[in-house]
Amino acid sequence: MTRELFEKKLREMQEDVLIMGSMVEKAVQRSIDSLRTRDAALSNSVVSDDIAINKKRYEIEDKCIHLIALQAPMAADLRIIVSILFISNELERMADHAEGIARINLMLGEEALTGPIGDIMLMGEKGIDMLRRSLTAFIERDDASARSICDEDDEIDALYDSSYHTLIQDVIRTPQDVERVTYLIWTCHNLERIADRVTNICERVIFMVTGELEEINVSRY
Amino acid sequence: MVVDNIARTQTERDLTSIPTIPQSERIAPISGAAVVDVQDFSAYYGAFRALDGVSMQIAEKKITALIGPSGCGKSTLLRCINRMNDLVDGFRAEGRLTYHGQDLYDKGVDVVEVRRRIGMVFQKPNPFPKSIYENIAFGPKVNGIKGNMAEIVEHALRQAALWDEVKDKLQQSGLALSGGQQQRLCIARALAVQPDVILMDEPCSALDPIATLKIEDLMRELAKEYTIVIVTHNMQQAARVADYTAFLMMRQDRAGELVEFRDTDALFTRPRDKRTEDYITGRFG
Repeated sequence: MTRELFEKKLREMQEDVLIMGSMVEKAVQRSIDSLRTRDAALSNSVVSDDIAINKKRYEIEDKCIHLIALQAPMAADLRIIVSILFISNELERMADHAEGIARINLMLGEEALTGPIGDIMLMGEKGIDMLRRSLTAFIERDDASARSICDEDDEIDALYDSSYHTLIQDVIRTPQDVERVTYLIWTCHNLERIADRVTNICERVIFMVTGELEEINVSRY
Repeated sequence: MVVDNIARTQTERDLTSIPTIPQSERIAPISGAAVVDVQDFSAYYGAFRALDGVSMQIAEKKITALIGPSGCGKSTLLRCINRMNDLVDGFRAEGRLTYHGQDLYDKGVDVVEVRRRIGMVFQKPNPFPKSIYENIAFGPKVNGIKGNMAEIVEHALRQAALWDEVKDKLQQSGLALSGGQQQRLCIARALAVQPDVILMDEPCSALDPIATLKIEDLMRELAKEYTIVIVTHNMQQAARVADYTAFLMMRQDRAGELVEFRDTDALFTRPRDKRTEDYITGRFG
């Protein structure tokens, strides 16, 4: 085996993606928990922790650029590094969505949380599960699994549809609830986008394994 | 989750474990016309088989790069294309190597004419110890090319992107030029006899990075009018300049074998054969 240093750095970068994925998973989980339990302190910590996630993303990007510049990677090596660049960007944006949900919880203030909360939480849990499995597919080079995760985005879209319609009905019935409903629609949108970004990660996994760039499951939103 | 997955990175399924695939999937067809067609071609130096059963095409007005570890037979293949190997004692070829449909190894083929139409540029610049002008004019004179010799010389030097640098010192010795200029002079010398194909055997290996980039730019320019085949050890160079790339390797019996041939973009980003992947990612060679 040659290129031991390169191999080591490549392995480290994949571990960085997993660490960042774990940070993002935690951010999303805590953002929906804070909304469910109306925990302002937890929301505030999601907002402040986002700085560390942004920093991690730039750290990964920096390592990718250095490895490309110094090691001139080719073929599968190049595909791994390019995929890591994209995946770290997707993860960083997912964390921004989590931060958005945390801020919504803060903006809701003391207002009671009513509406399709069960479906909203389900979207969050489902998105987290998809994220976790997409990173497993990344490590295991499992393009088949990545494809099947993309298909699951339809379930998130269906939950989004149903929550959206419920919330619109709410505001028609009680127009004074417009602020609460708007905040919850934003929450749904953030969760829907998180799942879309999981499908983007899966597309990069497929590219990494096959060399083919494909748009797997185009979201309706 | 993190711990589980980090453990997986240690035992990950190796992306480079691509199984070796049939030849039909490793050797891709070219698009457009072929100038040179190599079919089941083998080359021997005495009893030693240097190349075994190579089949590939050289596309017209494109750059084809031959890459591979030392001893894989890439220079042998290049030199077979204009029968330079005939000069080596004990050389023998089997199979077919045609140029515009004509088998180059048929009896009766005029080897001098083959080498005029299929010119060659070598690893080390080798200008004649004569003036810049004479270096260019020599070939056309010997080959009986008619026309205004001063114009022929200027045209060849312009094609080789050297004219502006030497137009005021055409009577100076070619050996007084820098390494990069000498190599461009050798390219101009090859162009002056109006070839169709130019073979380049590691043309930049003796040059600095700036001179190398100049030659690479020149190659791209020349590919508008000429068919170019280049042997290079520099994979980045092959990736930068070539339209098609062939990867050769030495087998256990030391015979050179064509492992993979396809368009450069695909070969360097999505090689089909594990051996190609291993070589271009620096895992052996």
